[in-house]
Amino acid sequence: MRSQLEGSLAVAKAVALCRPEVISAYPISPQTHIVEALSDLVRTGELAPCEYLMVESEFGAMSAAIGASAAGARAYTATASQGLLYMAEALYNASGLGLPIVMTVANRAIGAPINIWNDHSDAMSQRDCGWIQLYAESNQHAVDLHVQAFRLAEELSLPVMVCMDGFVLTHAIEPVELPTQEQVDAFLPPFDPRQVLDPDDPVTIGAMVGPEAFAEVKYLMHAKQMQALDLIPDISGSFSQAFGRTSSGLVRTYRSADADTIVVALGSVLGTIEEVVDELRGEGERVGAVGITCFRPYPLEEIRAALQGARRVIVLEKAFAVGLGGIVGQNVRLALSGHAVSVYDTVAGLGGRPITRRTLRTLIADVLEERLEPDRLAFLDLDWKLVERELQRVSADPRSGPHAENILRDIGSVAASAHGGAR
Amino acid sequence: MSAEKLKLYQVGTFAVGNRLLDPEQRTVQARMERSNTLTSGHRACRGCGEALGARYALDAAMRATDGRLIAANATGCLEVFSTPYPESSWQLPWLHSLFGNAPAIASGIAAALKVKGRNDVRVIGQGGDGGTLDIGFACLSGMFERNDDVLYVCYDNEAYMNTGVQRSSATPPAARTANTKPLGDEPGNVFGQGKSAPLIAMAHEIPYVATATVADLHDLEDKIERAMEFHGARYVHILVPCPLGWGSEASETIKIARLAQETGLFPVFEAEAGEVVAVSPIRQRVSVEEYLRTQRRFAHLFGDPPRADVIAQLQSRADRNIRRFGLLAEEAA
Repeated sequence: MRSQLEGSLAVAKAVALCRPEVISAYPISPQTHIVEALSDLVRTGELAPCEYLMVESEFGAMSAAIGASAAGARAYTATASQGLLYMAEALYNASGLGLPIVMTVANRAIGAPINIWNDHSDAMSQRDCGWIQLYAESNQHAVDLHVQAFRLAEELSLPVMVCMDGFVLTHAIEPVELPTQEQVDAFLPPFDPRQVLDPDDPVTIGAMVGPEAFAEVKYLMHAKQMQALDLIPDISGSFSQAFGRTSSGLVRTYRSADADTIVVALGSVLGTIEEVVDELRGEGERVGAVGITCFRPYPLEEIRAALQGARRVIVLEKAFAVGLGGIVGQNVRLALSGHAVSVYDTVAGLGGRPITRRTLRTLIADVLEERLEPDRLAFLDLDWKLVERELQRVSADPRSGPHAENILRDIGSVAASAHGGAR
Repeated sequence: MSAEKLKLYQVGTFAVGNRLLDPEQRTVQARMERSNTLTSGHRACRGCGEALGARYALDAAMRATDGRLIAANATGCLEVFSTPYPESSWQLPWLHSLFGNAPAIASGIAAALKVKGRNDVRVIGQGGDGGTLDIGFACLSGMFERNDDVLYVCYDNEAYMNTGVQRSSATPPAARTANTKPLGDEPGNVFGQGKSAPLIAMAHEIPYVATATVADLHDLEDKIERAMEFHGARYVHILVPCPLGWGSEASETIKIARLAQETGLFPVFEAEAGEVVAVSPIRQRVSVEEYLRTQRRFAHLFGDPPRADVIAQLQSRADRNIRRFGLLAEEAA
């Protein structure tokens, strides 16, 4: 049924259609509407049987999901930002134990400075924790990915993280086609766990493993993730057949087949990028876009195939490795090894800064007209004046105070100067 | 407790030998059909109090639940010595996840069992004092306040033994640990720190809280069985001496646990819904000095110069427990 829904509510309804048996929840913006809606669905009995645990932290939320999954229940939770970091130890545990938990990450920046708005710093920080990572481009995509995520997780016995941009998607009201319960039931069989805690057949799960077998267990995690590269297209094919609409599996291309310049990105910004591609195509530029839906496992071959005709690849990413540069950019370079392609790493949209058509057009023009150098990290829309002013302040005064407060004062967000007022 | 009161003093410790009891009153450990939940072959140290405590507690819990039990275990000695890959000493379904999350893991298991209608299967969470009182405390408090249907058992050996005997919030004052060495003016762990997990558990007003030691097997088993009569969050805190960490003789684990109770340093009691309902009275009161002398972690108190002042401070802690819990108020049984 097609209806106008807030992204969070749409995802909550989609998750409920997947019949999770245990939901653990700890509130953090911008994830809250998802778990609030699920609480409503459990309380009204619309989602039953289901145990909804209001835990004391994200660490507790993931831990309760681990316990529930090991006891044979379909387990779900959702988080964002600091919450994802707070559960980091348990994320590695869930993947190491091979427990098919599904989690929504409502992508949000990581502090300090504290910031509740969207970027990908949270999910990118956990890209190597052994979870499959899927990034939604729209609320419809988020709904569809969640339905597929449970099937993917349970077929592989691996946890799956569905990332959707905080506020940009979670709080946006868009038309969304929700599947029916019958459709989801036909697509997603009941959870048949690979391992389960059961007094009738007692097993030890989570034993200590020394050097004699640790590498083999870890290799199996890797091998299972690599299997996902075959399984995801299969599942997304079955999804299209069952639900009558396509849903990107590993990688989605947009007007990229004959493009000289391709913009690579993850998540909701692809919508804006595609509009700019259309505009530039109208102006005769051979520009295209490639969206990476599945970032872990990394679909190296698919990305290589999607980019191989390009001369310039602009990687637009909402996170970066401090002290190094682009994260997605480095991954894209792996796929382009041996190709004579210029790669431009661009960090954009940090902490919720809007990425507009205008700034994207400027970026692409800067690349086409060689105002940007390849292989050098660029920051879209960075206010260099502000940065330089703070750098000067730091070099002039050994006790110049906190960066964030100084910059906020410079731009007038903080009226009075608390520190260094006489300077 | 329902056990018949007997006055049999042959063993000199007021303990009642199983052979003298009616078969129905004998301990779970004395029964042919005990489940050996933590079975032999594990790699605990000689004289390990935790291995005894876990065996006693889990066998009692298995008997109380007719073998329908799942355990969640925190990282620590118990986890390490019981599951060196590819071996396991556990004869029940057992899950180890992390150091600080055993209570939340147990909550998740309980939720899964509830949703699946498996009312016959019960859940136990367990860990040492570090995993319970320190790193796992938030998850423990969460499990308590939600009143999740979990029995959590803490095996308290008063320090981080698995990592080499570092101080925890259960380490007693003056005790030597690897990071509270007898160096400087105030030797050993400082006074005025630490916490009582059983009292904090009681403050959650959960159905059942009890303390026990490995010295009194009947009492320990009775408390586990009693805990299993309740649904909701339950907490049993068992004192388990550690020969390695305490610097005690492996053969004296039981004796030292008994002395801890008989000095008043470790009050043994049970509470329901936040109220103390029973205490195990001290039957042969002993001075803390007698207890302290059994352990090299307190040896610096008897060195040169001896620290009678510190021993007096420890005695006053024991005296306070005796007053607070009324450990001498009732006539000895």
